Amino acid sequence: MHDAGYVIAAWAVVFGGLLVYALVTMARGRRLSDRVPPEERRWM
Amino acid sequence: MTTATNETTPAATGAPRGTGSTTTRVLGLTALVGVGVLVGLGLFWSPPEEVQGDLARIMYVHVPSASLAYLSCFVTAAGSVMYLWKRSEWWDTLAYASAEIGALFMAFACITGSIWARPTWGTFWVWDDARLVTSAMLLLLLLGYLALRKVPGDPDVRAKRSAWLGVLLPINVVLVRQSVEWWRTLHQKATLQPLGGGAKIEDLMLFSLFVGFVVLTLVWVWLLIHRFRLAWLERRVEERELSVAIDERRAEARVSGSGAARFGSAIGPGGGP
Repeated sequence: MHDAGYVIAAWAVVFGGLLVYALVTMARGRRLSDRVPPEERRWM
Repeated sequence: MTTATNETTPAATGAPRGTGSTTTRVLGLTALVGVGVLVGLGLFWSPPEEVQGDLARIMYVHVPSASLAYLSCFVTAAGSVMYLWKRSEWWDTLAYASAEIGALFMAFACITGSIWARPTWGTFWVWDDARLVTSAMLLLLLLGYLALRKVPGDPDVRAKRSAWLGVLLPINVVLVRQSVEWWRTLHQKATLQPLGGGAKIEDLMLFSLFVGFVVLTLVWVWLLIHRFRLAWLERRVEERELSVAIDERRAEARVSGSGAARFGSAIGPGGGP
């Protein structure tokens, strides 16, 4: 593949960024859900 | 801070711990499989483009990222309008969650576009290109919206002022989308023309781009659900902390009030130097 460095860098930015954002969001959700009564966090 | 709710385990109550549910787990798993397919199609199976060669593979993540950023702006605007109309926390939370994800996808679009531009144009960025400048403006507007959400204050006032900014987002989206048509730009014209213009690519490349749209849309929905629930939890915690702080101040006032009363009775009516 030509210009592999550019192509892989672009894909890594997107999927690396998504992974980090997803992990941070889930970790914050777990931390906060401990401080909220169960009746206020019943998701569908 | 330890509260009484910590003593109730999620297993005992049936309430989930965190922002996940069966729906998000199924959606997340489907998206994960889709990402695998997209990597195969985008990086290996689809052919290089005639003019751009392998650099066109960046398009499979760049174009859907930009489109999903635009979608986020429309969802934020819709949530903002509905909030101003109904004054419902649900719509405000949706607008907030969508704006944050929109900023993320807009950042992806700008960064991947810059990476593509370096070998194609010889530079990461040019400031005299309408598409690039309007895209940067949209990203800044989304970051401004998120900054506005962080300003301390009454949640309803915060929601109202954010909503007024949120309704402006689609104007900038139209500017970004139409910039390549209205002005002479270095940026190429749209690869896909949704209103009957067809596509400038075909076969496996078109299919790969379509898969990119589907997979990243699944990821977008998954993120939106989680971020919505997180924002909901943040609001509940904020309310509880405010309520605890008010109770503490009242208790302090009662203690100091009874102390003052005792002091007053000790010196007696009309007493003093």
